[in-house]
Amino acid sequence: MRITVNGVTTNVDVEDEMPLLWVLRDELKVKGPKYGCGIAQCGACTVHVDGLAVRSCSITAKQVEGRDVTTIEGIGSPDALHAVQEAWIEHQVAQCGYCQSGQIMSAASFLSMHPSPSDDQIDHAMSANLCRCGTYPRIREAIKTAAAKMREA
Amino acid sequence: MVNVGKIARRSFLVGSVAVAGGVAFGYYAVQKPHKNPLLASLADGEATFNPWVKISSKGITLITPHADLGQGAYSMQAALIAEELDLEFGQFDIEPGVPAAAYYNTALGAELAPFRSTDESFQAETMRTVFSSVTKLMGAQGTGGSSSVPDSFEKLRIAGAVARETLKKAASKRTGIDVSDLTTRQAAVVLPDGTMLTYAELAADAAKIKPVKNVELRDPSEWRLVGKEMQRLDIIPKSTGTLTYGIDLDFEGMLYAAVKVNPRQGGELNGYDASTAETMRGVQKILPVTNGVAVIANNTWRAFKAVDAITYDWGDAPYPAEQADHWKAVEASFTDDFLDNEWRADGDVDAAIDGNSIEAEYRAPYVAHQPLEPIGAVIKVTDDRLDIWVGHQMPRFVQQQIAAITGHDVKDIHLHNQYMGGSFGHRLEFENVKLAAEIGNQMRGEIIKLTFSREEDFAHDFPRQIAMARGRGAVSGGQVEAYDLGVAAVSSSDSQGARANLSRPGPDGQLAAGAWNLPYAVPNFRMRTYKVPELAPTSSWRSVGASSNGFFADCFLDELIHAAGADPMAERIRLCDHDVSRKVLEAVAEMSGWGTDLGENRGRGVAFVESFGVPIAEVIEVTNTENGIRIDKVFVAADVGTVVDPINFDNHVKGGVVWGLGHAMNCEITYADGMAEQSNFHAHEGMRLHQCPEIVVRGLENAEKVRGIGEPPVPPAAPALANAIFAATGQRIREMPFNKHIQFV
Ligand code: FES
Ligand code: FES
Repeated sequence: MRITVNGVTTNVDVEDEMPLLWVLRDELKVKGPKYGCGIAQCGACTVHVDGLAVRSCSITAKQVEGRDVTTIEGIGSPDALHAVQEAWIEHQVAQCGYCQSGQIMSAASFLSMHPSPSDDQIDHAMSANLCRCGTYPRIREAIKTAAAKMREA
Repeated sequence: MVNVGKIARRSFLVGSVAVAGGVAFGYYAVQKPHKNPLLASLADGEATFNPWVKISSKGITLITPHADLGQGAYSMQAALIAEELDLEFGQFDIEPGVPAAAYYNTALGAELAPFRSTDESFQAETMRTVFSSVTKLMGAQGTGGSSSVPDSFEKLRIAGAVARETLKKAASKRTGIDVSDLTTRQAAVVLPDGTMLTYAELAADAAKIKPVKNVELRDPSEWRLVGKEMQRLDIIPKSTGTLTYGIDLDFEGMLYAAVKVNPRQGGELNGYDASTAETMRGVQKILPVTNGVAVIANNTWRAFKAVDAITYDWGDAPYPAEQADHWKAVEASFTDDFLDNEWRADGDVDAAIDGNSIEAEYRAPYVAHQPLEPIGAVIKVTDDRLDIWVGHQMPRFVQQQIAAITGHDVKDIHLHNQYMGGSFGHRLEFENVKLAAEIGNQMRGEIIKLTFSREEDFAHDFPRQIAMARGRGAVSGGQVEAYDLGVAAVSSSDSQGARANLSRPGPDGQLAAGAWNLPYAVPNFRMRTYKVPELAPTSSWRSVGASSNGFFADCFLDELIHAAGADPMAERIRLCDHDVSRKVLEAVAEMSGWGTDLGENRGRGVAFVESFGVPIAEVIEVTNTENGIRIDKVFVAADVGTVVDPINFDNHVKGGVVWGLGHAMNCEITYADGMAEQSNFHAHEGMRLHQCPEIVVRGLENAEKVRGIGEPPVPPAAPALANAIFAATGQRIREMPFNKHIQFV
């Protein structure tokens, strides 16, 4: 099966129903997306499929065949940060950081559709991502900063 | 000012040794004769050296032995060394170091002493020294109990100062310039003409001279890093998905393991049928482990699937199978037979209450830890060496637990501590490392990564203690006159201690923590604890005893204050007999505009709890909406003596409030048929972003001693919320989780 991740297409020999998360982590060694719950409850595994945020634990390899998968590694890197990552660093959002790949991927997809989000829209969009460390106040602030950066860019 | 002489009396010597191409500074301990065996640190003639700073021509490495669970401990430790050593962030690497007795936690033991942390009497200080010596004796290098900052604050700055002065001495020898004319800046010794000799080029010389021990720590007014906003060392990797957690490790040829152990914790496995699992794709081996089965496969998901495809015949739980029976056992423990201690008996409560008793009963359930990164470990066992890569708070205990399984000598067990995706107390336990050792031992030579599925992690999370409180009290003349609180709980310390082969002398302080040490001079004040015989196994959960006791103790006081017709804030301040605590209450009153009118359907509650030596007060504002209670705002004032990093402090306090509120709102673990009924986050959710209030934080610095902030924000959150709900609705909630009684938006 051919899967395209961060612009690179690879042949993977996996069961159709293997969740994308485990194709990424264990077959392609892309470790940015995290395993948190496996049942679409926490958002730690969030990636973009054709630009939209999805829970990679709950979408199968077969379902992403021929589509574009982007992980946190694909939106920016320490040397070339995405605006959302910049904002996350400025606000020092992370504590343990384990949820933050997913938070950033949810935020990036959300902001691409809502460049000037209201507080309610932010709350609504980000409530599917759990943070056990409780970084929610900083996530809200960082999203506003990121939105401003993306509007300026 | 502190100099090394004072520290040396606690057998804490900073020395130096030559290392390849340079010098290392650190803790150098030699056995010193001492009459009191508790105070002897090492066996006869034994000497150890463990570095905090290594400098070679290749660069500077700081060793940060406190584990990073997500709390920023690595950055904090590095900043303390860098402060005195005149390093900037970016000029050094960090390493977690190896497990070693020399890194014993000087602060952990002090918390075990049965004295109010506000008590600085000779007796209290002596007992703290004794308990600290016990942890030293055990070489208890540990991270927990909000102790990383108190443990590190002085000794790491000293390590930095000794290194700095020794490097200056080396520079003086080389240049002939007097040490007093030398300064340091940016990892270099600066000569009077501005020439900079880098530490790297001085390292080899510094290794040849005796370290300078007569150093003085800088005055706080000179601090460049401590107390200033810092960028955490891990913030960029954590914001770009590039930080490697234990679960992310990958090695050539690595295999993937999943386990299923009897969900009736401690129950046996009578038998299993793996015939389907054996035929599944990618499955390489199916192995028995204690009370369960492990599947080794070539992908985590395949291992998860196969272990689920096995059918199991589980034995009974060694504790009551049904939750109702757990509660019955707690209810039945308020008797003299189970009395663990009377912690406080001021005045005469029985006489003061005499027939006019105000009474209430409170409950706190089992709650799971469930950090977002599930537990696991990577292991490789060979006949003469064992390597384990895992994030753990008690590395030396991990070695002992493994040694008991594989028979390796502790010195051949190499633990590589990893960045952790949270802990909250979960990574003080050993289930993952024991199972990894059993698997690795049966597959010597292979490198294997064990990952717990979320469901397996929930099933084997040793939850927070189940607890109840019964309060009696009396009021008169608008004041609280008598306060009598009895707490009955299982001892998570005993449960946890038994698994680590530790026993603790005397009554269990965590049964009383957060309740007996209220700084209130109620004329008649009694606090007793009753130890419930072990039910389901339990463990330390962020803020431990205070997580349930804070709710009981403060809410019951709030009930009495309302019964007296007094103002909740004014009466707490009036009763407060501890200056630093009173200032905390006054600060939160001022921050929250206490006393101003909030309007219709709204209410405000205050709670104060002291835990881990930190007095902390929270005011919560709620609105009673058509769809349930909305938490609008939280104000927090806490005194930690010195705020080392204001940003991390702020983030931690907010996180602690979210943790405390979320679990109080909607989390519990209940047992049915001997198994936890909650298997994943849909059933044990905590707070989500849309429920998160605005949180305003203020750190006060009136206290003498520096304290950690990881746990203290948790205990006041639940009572402040319950008190606010009462103010808004008139409904008094006496049981967590609150959503059994009221709805939240
Ligand atoms: S792991 Fe996919 S949502 Fe939790
Ligand atoms: S930062 Fe730890 S779970 Fe979000």
